[in-house]
Amino acid sequence: MSQKHSYQFGTGLFILLGFAALAWLATQTTSVANYRQGDSYTLNARFTNVGQLKLGAPVKVAGVRIGSVRTIEVDPAKLDAKVQLSIATRYAELPDDSAAAIFTSGLLGDQYVAIQPGGSPDVLKDGDEFVLTQSSVQLEDLIGKFLAAGGPEKPAEPATPAATPTP
Amino acid sequence: MTPAGKPRNALAGGIAQIGACGLFLLSILAALPASLRHVRETVRQVWFVGAMSLTIIMTCGLFVGMVLGLQLYYVLSIFGGTAALGTVVSLALYRELGPVVTALLFAGRAGTSITAEIGLMRATDQLSAMEMMAVDPLAYVVTPRFLAGVIAMPLLACVFNALGIFGAHLVGVSWLGLDNGTFWSNMTSSVDVWKDVINGLWKSVAFGAVITLIATFQGYTTPPTSEGVAYATTRTVVFSSIVVLALDFVMTAFLM
Repeated sequence: MSQKHSYQFGTGLFILLGFAALAWLATQTTSVANYRQGDSYTLNARFTNVGQLKLGAPVKVAGVRIGSVRTIEVDPAKLDAKVQLSIATRYAELPDDSAAAIFTSGLLGDQYVAIQPGGSPDVLKDGDEFVLTQSSVQLEDLIGKFLAAGGPEKPAEPATPAATPTP
Repeated sequence: MTPAGKPRNALAGGIAQIGACGLFLLSILAALPASLRHVRETVRQVWFVGAMSLTIIMTCGLFVGMVLGLQLYYVLSIFGGTAALGTVVSLALYRELGPVVTALLFAGRAGTSITAEIGLMRATDQLSAMEMMAVDPLAYVVTPRFLAGVIAMPLLACVFNALGIFGAHLVGVSWLGLDNGTFWSNMTSSVDVWKDVINGLWKSVAFGAVITLIATFQGYTTPPTSEGVAYATTRTVVFSSIVVLALDFVMTAFLM
């Protein structure tokens, strides 16, 4: 009888341990952990290019997480990306001339929204929009700029023979 | 249940084995309602194949996590991306290593003992004795073990994943000096609970079903000799490993 009880007890412990592990994995190591936050308020930011920014990506001030990206959508009228940021209420004192920028953490890291605080005495309130934003830096743009700055003659040279028809 | 007659060649024999195994699965499923009367037996089997496998699963999970931490730290440091260690380790564990390594360990630890136990019951005519006592051996012996495998495997995989992440954290943060906050926050921003954690669990449910199916089938149809039981046990490990890895590829392709 005690034998039977010991294995039933052990089975129960095993099942509880398994589900505890699952609960820990699901809530502490996944994006679910980011949704678990207290009261928050919403700020909007418009970017010409959000790059690889994902829903739930962190919003940081001075490298410290203060909120997350809630929605990303294209504004059909202005044709830019409208990003809703949900910021924890205890960080409610962002100056209204702060700037929002999309950066990448590390070389392989995820993209996040960095807020560079301004110096205005007024603060951003729920639903306000950032005036200054800086879009995600695209590698292609960088290369394009570099080529354009490096040698203006070089791309022109191969074009010349094609442009002037040979007699 | 023993295959009738000598197979003409290896290929025909293999196909016949697959067919017999499929029919065996159908009879297990048909015996599911009858096995509900033997809940206690199922609980005992969960204890035997699940709880008794915890030690090996936890030890291996810890070491797999630690070695992943070391190796991936080295690889990521080449690209200057060590901050992504938590992300890479957790994704590797959830999507691939957790279910597959747990399944291979499970086949070695639980599959073999299931085969040996049922094979010995077959060899010593205990299964026939049960039939004579009007106890369906499928419902009393085979199905509880099958159910126990399906229940225990995902739980074991969860424990394996948790210990693996703990091991990677131990190596990456405590030993190699990675930042604790970066480790967790990069992980939480890239791991999705449905696409990564739950899809990995579906895999381990399927692996648990396949391993226990093969183990019980090999034990149930073993030639009733000591040599036959030995071969059946070997075949359980070989077939389970192959089928788990092949099924893993197929499921990954579908669940991506």
